[in-house]
Amino acid sequence: MLHWTIYISFFGVVVLTLLQRDNARAARIVALLTALAGFAVALIGTVQSGAGVNTFCDFGWVSTLGIHYYLAADGSSLTLVLLTGLAAVAGILFSWNIEHRAKEFFAFYLALIGGVYGVFLSFDLFLLFVFYELAIIPKYFLIAIWGSTRKEYGAMKLALYSFVGSAMVLIGIVAAYVVAGAKTTGLFELAKYPFPERFQCWAFPLVFVGFAILAGLWPFHTWAPTGHVAAPTAASMLLAGVVMKLGAYGALRVAMTLFPLGLKGWHGAIAVLAVVGIVYGAMVALTQKDLKFVIGYSSVSHMGFVLLGLMTLNDIGLSGAVLQMFSHGVIAGLLFAVVGRMVYDRTHTRELDALEEMRLGRALPFAAVTFVIASVASMGLPGFSGFVAELQVLIGAWHSFPTLTLCAGAGILVSVAYTLRVLQKAFLGEAHKSAENSRSRPESQLPPISVPERIGALILVSATLLIGLYPRLLLDLIVPSWNSPLFDGLRKAGAL
Amino acid sequence: MNGFPLLTTLTLAPLLGGLIVVGLDARRKSLARGLGVTCSLTSLALSILVWKNFDPASAELQFAERHEWIPSLGIQYFVGVDGLGLLMVLLTALVVPMALLASWNIEENVPVYFSLTLFLQAGLFGTFTALNFFHWFIFWELSLVPAFFLIRLWGGPQRSAAATQFFIYTMVGSIALLLSFLAIYQAAGTFDFLRLGELGRSGELASAFSVKLGWYELTAKQLAVVIFAGAFVGFAVKVPLMPFHTWLPLTYAEAPTPVTMLLTGLMSKMGVYGFLRILLPIFPDQMRAVLTPLLGLAVATIVLGAAAAFAQRDLKRTFAYSSINHLGYCLLGVFALAKLTGNDARLAAEKAAVFNGVLLQMFNHGLTAATVFCLLSFIERRAGGSRGLNDFGGLRKVAPVFCGLMGIALFSSLGLPGLNGFVGEFLIFKGGFPLATWATALSTAGLLITAAFILTVIQRVFHGPLNEKWSAFGDLTLSERGIVLPAIVLMFVLGLFPQLVLGAVNATAAQLVAQLKF
Repeated sequence: MLHWTIYISFFGVVVLTLLQRDNARAARIVALLTALAGFAVALIGTVQSGAGVNTFCDFGWVSTLGIHYYLAADGSSLTLVLLTGLAAVAGILFSWNIEHRAKEFFAFYLALIGGVYGVFLSFDLFLLFVFYELAIIPKYFLIAIWGSTRKEYGAMKLALYSFVGSAMVLIGIVAAYVVAGAKTTGLFELAKYPFPERFQCWAFPLVFVGFAILAGLWPFHTWAPTGHVAAPTAASMLLAGVVMKLGAYGALRVAMTLFPLGLKGWHGAIAVLAVVGIVYGAMVALTQKDLKFVIGYSSVSHMGFVLLGLMTLNDIGLSGAVLQMFSHGVIAGLLFAVVGRMVYDRTHTRELDALEEMRLGRALPFAAVTFVIASVASMGLPGFSGFVAELQVLIGAWHSFPTLTLCAGAGILVSVAYTLRVLQKAFLGEAHKSAENSRSRPESQLPPISVPERIGALILVSATLLIGLYPRLLLDLIVPSWNSPLFDGLRKAGAL
Repeated sequence: MNGFPLLTTLTLAPLLGGLIVVGLDARRKSLARGLGVTCSLTSLALSILVWKNFDPASAELQFAERHEWIPSLGIQYFVGVDGLGLLMVLLTALVVPMALLASWNIEENVPVYFSLTLFLQAGLFGTFTALNFFHWFIFWELSLVPAFFLIRLWGGPQRSAAATQFFIYTMVGSIALLLSFLAIYQAAGTFDFLRLGELGRSGELASAFSVKLGWYELTAKQLAVVIFAGAFVGFAVKVPLMPFHTWLPLTYAEAPTPVTMLLTGLMSKMGVYGFLRILLPIFPDQMRAVLTPLLGLAVATIVLGAAAAFAQRDLKRTFAYSSINHLGYCLLGVFALAKLTGNDARLAAEKAAVFNGVLLQMFNHGLTAATVFCLLSFIERRAGGSRGLNDFGGLRKVAPVFCGLMGIALFSSLGLPGLNGFVGEFLIFKGGFPLATWATALSTAGLLITAAFILTVIQRVFHGPLNEKWSAFGDLTLSERGIVLPAIVLMFVLGLFPQLVLGAVNATAAQLVAQLKF
């Protein structure tokens, strides 16, 4: 029944377009109900699904080319579908204050969600690609219309990077289709086909990097910070929370299963890039003056763990990577919600130096506490989901790349440093510096944190704590999925 | 008591209490204080219950609970205490109520302060009872976050720098420790401390490293030493062992004094506990391989710590360095334990003495240092924050009770026979001489310098002409006397009947020594 998540989201888009133009309230409610329904379906579907690959529907679509409309889910898809549902609900709660063209905002938002669900559930290459492209367009409009700081630039950069990535992926999959000559785009059939090693050696990096651009693979990450900063809160939550996962998921689902021999040849190099991303992202975050840029670069750093986990090629590392996708989605969503919605919408500045004067710890205690929890989780302190995920990635990495593991450990340390810096500056600003300032700007001028914001924060905090303390909930889904026939090629190539 | 999850209850009680207190309205200060103290006293009662039901004759882990947690990683929830764990649980349960009572006059954000302290207590209980790395590490780090905020929000003028320095230093250690343990997991496939201890003793762990990790051209032996070094840094920062101590003086001086009680009394013990519970059982060979430099570091910690304490002019810093010095004795003992003794029965007896001494010293230092800092907080409160060595003088005349109690605590810290400090140090030195002669001999210099600086403090603060500024200095109030009196009584009791502690840990000591013999 999970495929209903896609239809529900697009149905929501249709309902929204039928609404009156300036009825923001109705638009919000319709969007929230749609997202809740999607999340409910995702939850129920996950509980009902068995181990292995669950097929929901499979029928011929373009029979002459062997294209199927084939929706299914294995453990990693289920995890990411759940994440999407969660992020969708939270994002709407955090955009409750959108008044400007609210109807269109939520329509684009739900269209993006629908596309994302589609990518995570497609087991046909062509279908997956269609949904993947479908997700890029609403993303562009969300940033270009409702964004802030240099929004046209951010939106354009994101769209261009995405299209370049897609083009690379398209070349790769068309080539694979032609080389296999089997007249099918089904992932299972193609994964069985033994592509010649020389073909895999160039097709793998093409497809992998094409997807990984969207996952923030260094040095193709530069769209991420600018895009995150330009996007409105809900869109940055989705960008960091879900869209970056599209890239990592595509890399895992397509590049790694189709071209195991290519993977064997390239995994060392990509692991190096992943670790450079971890350390570089953290270092750059340490020097930023804009709070949202800090979080943007921290996303690059955390996604580095996902890519490193994928490259470890053992099931602990892979499970860690999928768990990290979930964990980062929740934690980055929370961080963007605090920074973009709770702080920026009230203070109208994200400059750390300006925020230091405002003593937000006193003015917005709820935001401060939420940010503390989110930053502790983002540092990878145990008890939160990030820890379990990074733990598994690093265990996996010890096996394959001991030196890189140490570098990644150093990256965690830098992430502790930038998180502490931001926390101290933005929320624990000292009184003595701003004795006059704070008097001239009474704290009561900042509107209090609203109920939807509180609920949204609570949902995300509970999710990261729940998975941090009881990771079995997701690991029991993820771990068996490595046994599916999709990964036979990897196993034969001596990995896993 | 069979079947009742006593240790889990012990850890959860302060956690729940903290959650209740943090939800209180910031204006309901006395309610927050009352609830906080009640909660910590409940923990004390629970830990006494553990002690009463503890069978001292058995070296087995008692009150053990084992549940599956993350099967795909082979992680279990596994708690239990032996003599070592029991002692630390009792110490935690004793010091936390004392620190909370000493914080009675904190006025800012009272519920948050008290709940953070309770969270810290939960972290400590969890650390001292966990026997699986996964949740042990959760609690180990859980104690760090409340400590950071307690320093950051209620500390002295340089609190921001102090809190950051404390957090970053400790995180460096924690990450080194984490990476080492992940390597261990990759090699051994388990996070269970007991199982890892077996593998470590039999040498299987070291060979598993080279099979599973294969790092450049390192031999199995070298690789094991590298991984040992990572875990070592984690604990050495926490204790701290020189040269990993530089975070400590600023942190101890800037933290609000009741928090310093927790830092020195309890959190430093987490480090020593790690040495005894984790490093010594899992890496005996590796520790042996670098024994001489380690002993050198312990001697440096003892002698330089005492010398630095002598040089300080701020009483809080003096006792910060004095803590470094006292924990140095614990580490001297730990390293002496690692010495290879073969089947020599005489040396084995010395080892048992050293182990008992280390445990006593841990407990005593926790008690004494917490008392000293508690009394310092009383002076600080009266003197409006000044706490220089030369700011006072002649306090004996205006505050005789204070000087008497402080004097007892200081002499206990000096190691005067009859008070608790003596027995632990004596046992460490007695056993240390045959096991690590040169290091123990050099360490005696630390005892001399300690005597010198403690007598200086007594002279400058209590004696001499009364500084006119303090002619209105009030003596301890009744409630303040009530806070420190139990600790003072305990100092005498343990000084005269160390058997109270030794009885509980003897079986554990015998077992550990037997394991370290081969």
